[in-house]
Amino acid sequence: MNFLNVEELQRLFLFLLRRIFQSVFVLFGLSILIFLLSRVLPGDPARMALGARAPQETIQRLRDEMHLDEPLLQQYQIWFTNALGGDLGDSLRTRRPVVDDIVEFLPASMELVLLAGVISAIGGITLGTLSARHKDSWIDNLVRVVSYMGVVTPAFVVAIIFLTFFTTAEFGLDLFPPIGRLSSGFEPPPRVTGLYTVDALLAGQFDTFVNALHHLILPSLALALGSLSQEARITRSTMSDNLTRDYIAAERALGIPEKTVTGKFLLKPSLIPTVSIFGLDFAANLSNAFLVEVIFNWPGISRYATTAMLYKDLNAIAAVILILGVTFIVVNILVDLVVGILDPRIRLRGARSD
Amino acid sequence: MVARETPLLDIRDLSVHFRVYGGVLRVLDRINFHVLQGERVGLVGETGCGKTTTMKTILQVLPTPPAEIPQGEIRFQGQDVMTMSQRELVNMRGQGISMIFQDPTAALNPVFTVGQQLTAVIRHASPENRNLNNSQLRERALEALRQVALADPERLLDSYPIQLSGGMRQRVCIGMALSTRPGLLIADEPGTALDVTIQDQVLRLLQDLVEQQGNSFILITHTLGIVRQMTDRVYVMYAGNMVEVAPTQRLFTNPLHPYTQGLMDAVPRLTGGGISEGIPGRIPDYMNPPSGCRFSGRCPHAMPVCSREKPPVFQIEGPEDESHEVACFLYDEPHKVSNYKAELQPV
Repeated sequence: MNFLNVEELQRLFLFLLRRIFQSVFVLFGLSILIFLLSRVLPGDPARMALGARAPQETIQRLRDEMHLDEPLLQQYQIWFTNALGGDLGDSLRTRRPVVDDIVEFLPASMELVLLAGVISAIGGITLGTLSARHKDSWIDNLVRVVSYMGVVTPAFVVAIIFLTFFTTAEFGLDLFPPIGRLSSGFEPPPRVTGLYTVDALLAGQFDTFVNALHHLILPSLALALGSLSQEARITRSTMSDNLTRDYIAAERALGIPEKTVTGKFLLKPSLIPTVSIFGLDFAANLSNAFLVEVIFNWPGISRYATTAMLYKDLNAIAAVILILGVTFIVVNILVDLVVGILDPRIRLRGARSD
Repeated sequence: MVARETPLLDIRDLSVHFRVYGGVLRVLDRINFHVLQGERVGLVGETGCGKTTTMKTILQVLPTPPAEIPQGEIRFQGQDVMTMSQRELVNMRGQGISMIFQDPTAALNPVFTVGQQLTAVIRHASPENRNLNNSQLRERALEALRQVALADPERLLDSYPIQLSGGMRQRVCIGMALSTRPGLLIADEPGTALDVTIQDQVLRLLQDLVEQQGNSFILITHTLGIVRQMTDRVYVMYAGNMVEVAPTQRLFTNPLHPYTQGLMDAVPRLTGGGISEGIPGRIPDYMNPPSGCRFSGRCPHAMPVCSREKPPVFQIEGPEDESHEVACFLYDEPHKVSNYKAELQPV
């Protein structure tokens, strides 16, 4: 309520404008980098795409089509001009525009990463708060040990463990479907966002929603565990530090009930570092999802990207990295916004230096 | 000590320890302390002697752990603070006792506006206040800011602490502590974090407000001049012990404990011999405090008994039946007192 006066809105708008302006340069730099990297990799992409027994003239035709024999600068110019027009070229492997591939695979990953983000934020902040409130008790010790294990265990190990124990009755419980986004017999809902859960709800297909969510839970939980643990640790340490501050003692001393002190006056300043870490983790999860996507046979962008790299699928590699770059930038802008909302010191200092 | 009425606040035999890495800090050592209804009490002693810890213990806002209370009793309006339920504590804090913290910058939450903090305090000050709507709360908050002579309170309510000067923050803290209309106000070294002229203004304001509202008042300070102006009775604290208590005028004219005498001598005076030497030495280590009197290591009159035994409290007769207590072996027998005083107090 105090945040949204005209002056602050104006400041917010300027901040966004500046950040978007800056990110244009970042993306431009990124595009040069990925372009160069993908071109200097050893091996002939045309040969790899067409196979060892393809005749030389077929390969040469593809090389010409892809301008692979032109000087690098010119290749980049062509790629860049097309990219500005929304054409990121064709994939050598799927033989269709890369943009179409991304539109198909990105939402699956986004769905995974978004749910993982929600799980890790809620779980991490809850566990961290619990731990800080009961510092040095058995709750705290348990949270600390478990979150430490969560940080050091790679997501794919968690994924395998989940797959082993929660999908078959053989070793554990038959609680979740092992692979895919939907069970056989379910049609994907009419496409609006590409997120099956959201689309199913939009179409009013409640059964499909439940089924999609059921498939989503295990992989996103596996993906979330690392960042959840990280956030629990950060929240715990910030909060237990803030608990010893004078302002908390003062608020208590002035008769504000414990629930309000902890739930409001302690929580807000303690969330600031957690939000920053959350942003980084969220964006990183999009690319780290690869092994989780492989294990759960999830048709996501991470799996697509890795295959593209193995096949030296130039345009696909460039496009995916660009998408990841954009995601990082967008998430970071959002994080800065949220941190600015949470912390007036940053907001006001930023304004002063303008 | 002869208590003539039930004190508003009564602390008996209170010890507070801090369990830290490497041992236990025995910070408060069996202190006694009370405040009568309407009384203005001073608490003096050098930095680190446990004044703030005592106050935070009264309000039960010490972080536990590391703090623990191995023994003692705190009663507010006859009720045992340490067995109070969370609800009773919340009721006592704010409306019963409220506190102005030492460092206004640290005592204000940096990520909430003055208005958000102030209205939260007012809303929870009493059951009736919980029914106030937002504009009534805002009105009460504005009133609290005007009371402490802050200009442009409307704008202040929407400001964050970093947008205010040190003096303004201190006033906000005072306004906040008074906004609950407390029965007992604790002021912990008000203005110490400010420069001298502002400190003076703040203290004068505080003095006026306490006189106006007539609440009981505890003033913690290491500045003796302020105590003399603003209090009826003074406790002197040294390294977690209460070493002397007396009516303010009497303490200033007739300080008994060697530490109190040292404190008085340490005050620079415009007339006389310039800057004094102060008291040599430092506060002892709380992890291994001396087994006898905690001041014995620095005391110019230390006797063998001082380092062996903890001195009991001696009642010293004064005129008009005023209670003057001192914890020092020099006052063990009446003749020693007279000898000592004759020797030490050339007028």
